[in-house]
Amino acid sequence: MFDWPLLLQNLPLLVDALLVTLKVSLAALAFGFVIGILVGSLRLSPSPLLRRLGGAYIFVFRGIPLLVQLLLIYYFLPRIGLPNVSPTAAAIIGLSLAAGAYIAEIMRGGFLAIPGGQLEAAGLLGLSAGQMLLRIRVPQAVRLTLPALINEMILLIKASSLVSVVGLADLTRTAQNLAASDYMFVQDYLMLAGFYCLINIPLAFFGGVLERRLKEQNA
Amino acid sequence: MIFDPRIITDHLDDIGSGFLVTLGTWSSGVLLGLVLGMLIAVAQFFGNGLIRAPLRVFIEIIRSTPFLVQLFLLYYGGPAFGLSLDPIPAGIIGLGVYGSVYFAEIFRGGFESIPRGQLEAAQCLGITPLQGILRIQVPQMLVLILPALVNMITVLCKETAVLSIITIPELTMVMTGIGSETFAFVETLLALCVGYLLLVEACSRLGMFLEKRVGRFMNRQAQ
Repeated sequence: MFDWPLLLQNLPLLVDALLVTLKVSLAALAFGFVIGILVGSLRLSPSPLLRRLGGAYIFVFRGIPLLVQLLLIYYFLPRIGLPNVSPTAAAIIGLSLAAGAYIAEIMRGGFLAIPGGQLEAAGLLGLSAGQMLLRIRVPQAVRLTLPALINEMILLIKASSLVSVVGLADLTRTAQNLAASDYMFVQDYLMLAGFYCLINIPLAFFGGVLERRLKEQNA
Repeated sequence: MIFDPRIITDHLDDIGSGFLVTLGTWSSGVLLGLVLGMLIAVAQFFGNGLIRAPLRVFIEIIRSTPFLVQLFLLYYGGPAFGLSLDPIPAGIIGLGVYGSVYFAEIFRGGFESIPRGQLEAAQCLGITPLQGILRIQVPQMLVLILPALVNMITVLCKETAVLSIITIPELTMVMTGIGSETFAFVETLLALCVGYLLLVEACSRLGMFLEKRVGRFMNRQAQ
């Protein structure tokens, strides 16, 4: 069932495509993190209007399938005068917007776990709201939520398999093209699954170790 | 960008049948996933190492690969193993298998939350293991795991959009089809977004209602 020479011949193509997948996922994690911090802080803001705004963002971007979001971006960007957005940029925009909603919920949990006294103390010491966010709340929240953030990274790498709808040749699309030309569906798609496992299983293991360590520290 | 409602009203029949396909694949996939997930969880909780180890590997693989890739393997790779499925059965099986490992983890957490002593006591009273699961463990754990179950069920609702890629004529496929006929892509996709939001919101509202319903006995105890 396996054609080993063909498999070896296809391997470099898939490795290149894996780099595309990783690049897009990592970029989306970074931008999603920024969105997540902003929306997560909105959710905890004293103003009901801002809280609603944050809630609406999360509701919309978590409630719509990613595939539909990506399609919408693909067709929507040209409508608002951005006809030549590269597939990579479109994929990163789509994944970041969705990841931001999930990370916002994670960060909200992290922010809530920080004792309120710290912020009062910081206020008395004259720290601005921005300083408090960047120097006190975010570093601690990230430490507390690192396992959840790693889980989000795994979800993002998996979600990035849909970016071919905006025209990007990621890992999945490349394997699809290979399968369409050599008809070795089982071999090509098993390799594809193997590549995802190669990245995600160690990540999940790492996340599990961190989670246990965090529990021990708190115990 | 002016929204022309006729784009939607002219295609109500197609949209209706797409909606039914989405609902059908979703509910069948969820049911299959719940049954498989419960079997996996029971095997993991009560089974020995010989059963647990391969299940662990299966769970890790399914959780580490995208749903789309699993669908490709099942739908395009299946015929090589003599498993030629039509798109809709393939989609339901794919959705069920994908959901089952997440459901299994939820159920496992539920089983672990019920003290073992209760089962031992039940055994002493002559209650069979199956009765023990169905009448002692499940009712108690349902209260704890219902929010997680509802969340996973809404995740599966959104995953049904991916089924359009293996040519299942569900809501996303129907709407993008109308989009390419009429060139009103943004309008049809926005309508599609609203459709999914309503579906997901309805599901989580139902979940909240059920949470209150299955948690009734807890409030009664508190009084």
